[in-house]
Amino acid sequence: MRFVINDTDIETDIDPRTSLLDLLREQIGLTGTKKGCNQGACGACTVLVDGERILSCLALAVQYEGRQVTTVEGLADQAGLHPLQKAFIEHDGFQCGYCTPGQLCSAIGMAAELQRGLPSHVTGDLSAMAIRATREELAERMSGNLCRCGAHNGIIDAIDEVFGERRGQQGYDAEMPEKVA
Amino acid sequence: MSIVKDAAEAAKGLAQAVTKKAIEVAPDGWVPGGTPDPLIRNQHGHVGKPVSRIDGPLKVQGAARFAAEFTLYGMTYASVLFSTITKGRIATLDTADAEAAPGVVLVMTYRNAPRMRPMPAFGSNRMAAGGDDLPVMQDDRVHWNGQPVALVLADTQEQADHAKSLIRIGYEAEAATTSFEAAKADGTEPGQFQGDPLQVTIGDAETVLASAAFKVDETYRTPRHSHAAIEPHAATVMWDGDMLVVHDATQAVTHTAWSLAHMFGIEQDKVRVTSPYVGGGFGSKTLWQHQVLGAAAAKLADRPVRIVLSREGVFRIVGGRSLTEQRFAIGAEKDGCFTAMIHTGTTIMTPHSAMPEPFIVATRSGYAADSFKMEVRVARIDMVANTFMRAPGEAVGTFAMECAIDELADRMGIDPIELRIKNEPEKDPTVGTPFSSRNIVEAYRAGAERFGWARRQPPGARREGEWLVGLGCATGTYPYYRMPGGVARISIGRDGHACASVAAHEMGMGTATAHTQVVAERLGLPLDQVTVEYGDSRLPGLFLAGGSQQSAAIGAAIIAAHRALVVELLKLAGNDSPLAGLKPEEVGGLDGGLAKLDEPARWESYASILARAQRAELSVEAAAPAPIENQHWSMHSYSALFCEARVNAVTGEVRIARFLGSFDCGRILNAKTAASQFRGGIIMGLGLALTEETAFDERTGRVMSASLAEYHIPAHLDVPAIDVMWTNIPDPHTPMGARGIGEIGITGTGAAVANAIYNATGRRIRDLPITLDKLLSAGIG
Amino acid sequence: MTPFSFARATDADDALRLASARGGRYLGGGTNLVDLMRETIERPTALIDVTGLSSTIGERDDGGLLIGAAVRNTAVAEHAAVRARYPALARAILSGASGQIRNMATVGGNILQRTRCAYFYDNAGSRCNKRNPGEGCDAIEGFNRMHAILGASPSCVATHPSDMCVALAAFDATAHLLGADGERRLPLTELHHLPNGRPDDETLLKPGELITAVELPAERWFARSTYRKVRDRASYAFALISVAAALKIDGDRISDVRLALGGVAHKPWRAHKAEAALRGAPATAEHFRDAARAELAGAVPLSHNGFKIELAERTIVAVLQELAGEIA
Repeated sequence: MRFVINDTDIETDIDPRTSLLDLLREQIGLTGTKKGCNQGACGACTVLVDGERILSCLALAVQYEGRQVTTVEGLADQAGLHPLQKAFIEHDGFQCGYCTPGQLCSAIGMAAELQRGLPSHVTGDLSAMAIRATREELAERMSGNLCRCGAHNGIIDAIDEVFGERRGQQGYDAEMPEKVA
Repeated sequence: MSIVKDAAEAAKGLAQAVTKKAIEVAPDGWVPGGTPDPLIRNQHGHVGKPVSRIDGPLKVQGAARFAAEFTLYGMTYASVLFSTITKGRIATLDTADAEAAPGVVLVMTYRNAPRMRPMPAFGSNRMAAGGDDLPVMQDDRVHWNGQPVALVLADTQEQADHAKSLIRIGYEAEAATTSFEAAKADGTEPGQFQGDPLQVTIGDAETVLASAAFKVDETYRTPRHSHAAIEPHAATVMWDGDMLVVHDATQAVTHTAWSLAHMFGIEQDKVRVTSPYVGGGFGSKTLWQHQVLGAAAAKLADRPVRIVLSREGVFRIVGGRSLTEQRFAIGAEKDGCFTAMIHTGTTIMTPHSAMPEPFIVATRSGYAADSFKMEVRVARIDMVANTFMRAPGEAVGTFAMECAIDELADRMGIDPIELRIKNEPEKDPTVGTPFSSRNIVEAYRAGAERFGWARRQPPGARREGEWLVGLGCATGTYPYYRMPGGVARISIGRDGHACASVAAHEMGMGTATAHTQVVAERLGLPLDQVTVEYGDSRLPGLFLAGGSQQSAAIGAAIIAAHRALVVELLKLAGNDSPLAGLKPEEVGGLDGGLAKLDEPARWESYASILARAQRAELSVEAAAPAPIENQHWSMHSYSALFCEARVNAVTGEVRIARFLGSFDCGRILNAKTAASQFRGGIIMGLGLALTEETAFDERTGRVMSASLAEYHIPAHLDVPAIDVMWTNIPDPHTPMGARGIGEIGITGTGAAVANAIYNATGRRIRDLPITLDKLLSAGIG
Repeated sequence: MTPFSFARATDADDALRLASARGGRYLGGGTNLVDLMRETIERPTALIDVTGLSSTIGERDDGGLLIGAAVRNTAVAEHAAVRARYPALARAILSGASGQIRNMATVGGNILQRTRCAYFYDNAGSRCNKRNPGEGCDAIEGFNRMHAILGASPSCVATHPSDMCVALAAFDATAHLLGADGERRLPLTELHHLPNGRPDDETLLKPGELITAVELPAERWFARSTYRKVRDRASYAFALISVAAALKIDGDRISDVRLALGGVAHKPWRAHKAEAALRGAPATAEHFRDAARAELAGAVPLSHNGFKIELAERTIVAVLQELAGEIA
């Protein structure tokens, strides 16, 4: 069975029971994606599939044959860390680092949703063409990624700097890299 | 008074202004009879700067390798089956189908598990790491609902999990005690914590209370809590001949190594435990049955084992914080001075653990009063052993104390901050020792100013649309500890690079970063010339990442090792050095070498000293002195916490709109990571206040919230921007002038929230968590 | 997870064919079924992936919408016509689960998700009539704070966890089904059963029958609708109470209304009694309250969920007031 993970073709036999998460972690050795609950309740396993964020623990790998999967290992490129990765370091958007890969992938998928005008639970006007990336919007949209160390402020600060209303204000390149845009 | 932003800006400026002050090599002056750690006087070095985490690049790339991410040749996967009765014995056991299932390597039960000694419970030995003292899969006995009763090893996790579902077990259940009321009816006993009785009697507090001009006398309840670290407990285990290697997620590598050696009857040096990264611990990442079962199964199968607890498994076999029922009473004169303070109540623990939730500990040194009565009583219940969880005792004890003070202030018509300041003690009110450093009043004044406390209105007075808005405050406090056993090694090479090695832990507290700063400053090196090595039981010392004491323990060991290093360097320098003839206390680290303190021109680089002595490297190891400072002073960190709560008058939903923590924790070692520690504790406190409760079915003794969907920790939308600030006043009696910061954030937070909710609604909820149903019952809106 | 075979269906007929040949279960995004299989609560021997079925939202000539069963929840909430004409549906979906889960979950899967009752989930250690008919229910006397106050039975007090379905129930949505006997349509309010004596039997679907689409009727006034969810956490939590409502006012009178409740029953609860009380009544808080009370008069509290009765009443009133205010 063929998978495309971080732009690399991978051929592997697979037990239909294997989740996309376990495929990544146990068969391919990409352990950056984390298993926090294995039941869709924490968000640590978030990856991007064709640019959309999903939970890899609830995804049977067989359902994702041939799809473009991006994990935390695929965020940096030759030029270095993704702007969001740099912002997480600068704003101390993590402590133990275990929920971090999921937060990063989720934020990148979230930013694309926001950019194309997908409303959220806290959006006041559902018919608005564009939605302001307020801190409340960012926090609601990131609520599927739990953090127990309590790095929430740093996480939202980092996302705000790269994708939010303050985008670009701290000297970061605000453009999203092509591969996940 | 400095604040985060100031500190960050100051640090930016200072980074450019190169300072050249040598850090002297002092004797252990911060312990009684000496002078403070000279590092305190140096205000322009690495210490205190908001340095970004040195492990940050690894963590944001998913390249930091956690316990379940070590890959070993021929590895097998474990799946654990948990008991479904609370007490009794395994009567029938049918593992045939499981053994026959595809990929299965082994099914382990009490019948075939290797013989091992029982778990050494915390406190039974200075290196014991177990949550209880029970045997692990050695007999047919069941002691709690959820106890491991079988383990399957298979080639893949999917195979192991499936095979586990094929095991059939029949039980003979026996009567168990599973309800709090039944446990209390069985009788309670006095609690003991770390060898001390949890009891204080000074004067006749009950009589004084009875005649007090003003009083409160209320009962506060807190439920079970779960640590809920996002990384589930896990270990990758192998036997290499007679050597056991455990890649673990633990906050106690050396304790764990000793404990496993003890259980398997082998020498301690035959067990190596690594824990390079820990995905959150909060007191839960110690020795539980999974590491033992993993090692036993690896031995039996003669293959490496990966054992990762399911989230349900974490709830079943790793204990959490126990429930409490606390009476808090205060008697006061008309002027507000406390005459009596009573804090008594009951908690529960298992027959096999030694950890009564010590909810009176913060009360012992909180306020001045004429008389005190405190006691923790313990009832026994059949459940997974409860354990340490972030600020054990203080997190829930301060909820009672700080709510009671708020209630008294309300009754007396006094501002609650002024009532606290009125009762500020001059020395430890129950022990009598002087405080090492206590600046809670300054913290309150600064916090109140910044938060806008003066705008607080009477209860129930402020409404914005559907939302009732209120402000509350509370004091947080957590003691300074330093546990014995700290040993550090410092190695310095001819390339000028230094490495400090300690068997300590980085769970996200910022330990590795902060101590890189400390070591670099002591040695007079740039940060990139220093490595701090940790997370391996083969490294020196006995360190526990617990009790907010690891930084002090590391700091003290580093001071000792640094002194030993300088003694050796001076010997090596010899008579041809500019340092010739100088004594250790006359020199200090400066610009990559040693210099005479009052004559910095007399300087030689470490590289030059080593080169002349024809040494590639110098490595020394030394132990910290005994932690006697705690006996001479009453040592604590403090916080003044401010909360703005919004309560929906229609639904009772609570949202925290603003929160500010003003801290007095000695000198801050890293402004960035410290701010995160404070915020992290506060956020866990928001969970404690509003949403967290481990559901324990008192009919069956079974945890019914064994998932992160049921056990509600705060989500992003629950967390407001949290402002933090600190006094940054060094404690002269601690290494670096610093006190622990890991646990204080959660203390007082529950009360600050409850007090804000009271101010918003005029309704007092004394039973955590403050869920909307309790507010509806109290008649809001 | 019990071993199973996996096949991907190319269209609805193919899915039916695969199902008749192999038995087994249809798999959408997997956000509920995969979890239940991991818990061994569900043990299908075959899975038929139906995410390849219709994933379009079509506008019908009469102005209604036809939403393919494989449309992801996010896509429904994002669709311009849904946002403009059925805002309660968009809001209901957006208040459910998390962004990641909404990206995975399909409309068909959302409808067929199973209860989050902790005793249902505790396969090894608790009794549940839904898992093992006849063995008893540990929830009735246990932790039942999340459980039903309406339409429960002595055999089961579980609630249906979907937010989306509450809005669909309010809007008189119709499920399009395809089975061995051909196509049929079923109002969403009738698709789920109340527990009665057989809480394991949750829907009117026949064995092998597939949800192919959901149809929303054209009612212009549904544009005046909203969804409010009350929960223990600000986000990412199941509802204690939720209310979907649409209100039509002519002059000062309510000419029509749709009202459905979530978090109260074994199925999305259409509040027919409240609607009857409201039709023709003045749009005042007093009448809203009377109507809510009429609906909740039959509510039966359990030991820990009595608050839901008052909470439901308050939330209904607040939602109707909001809609009335919007219209005024």
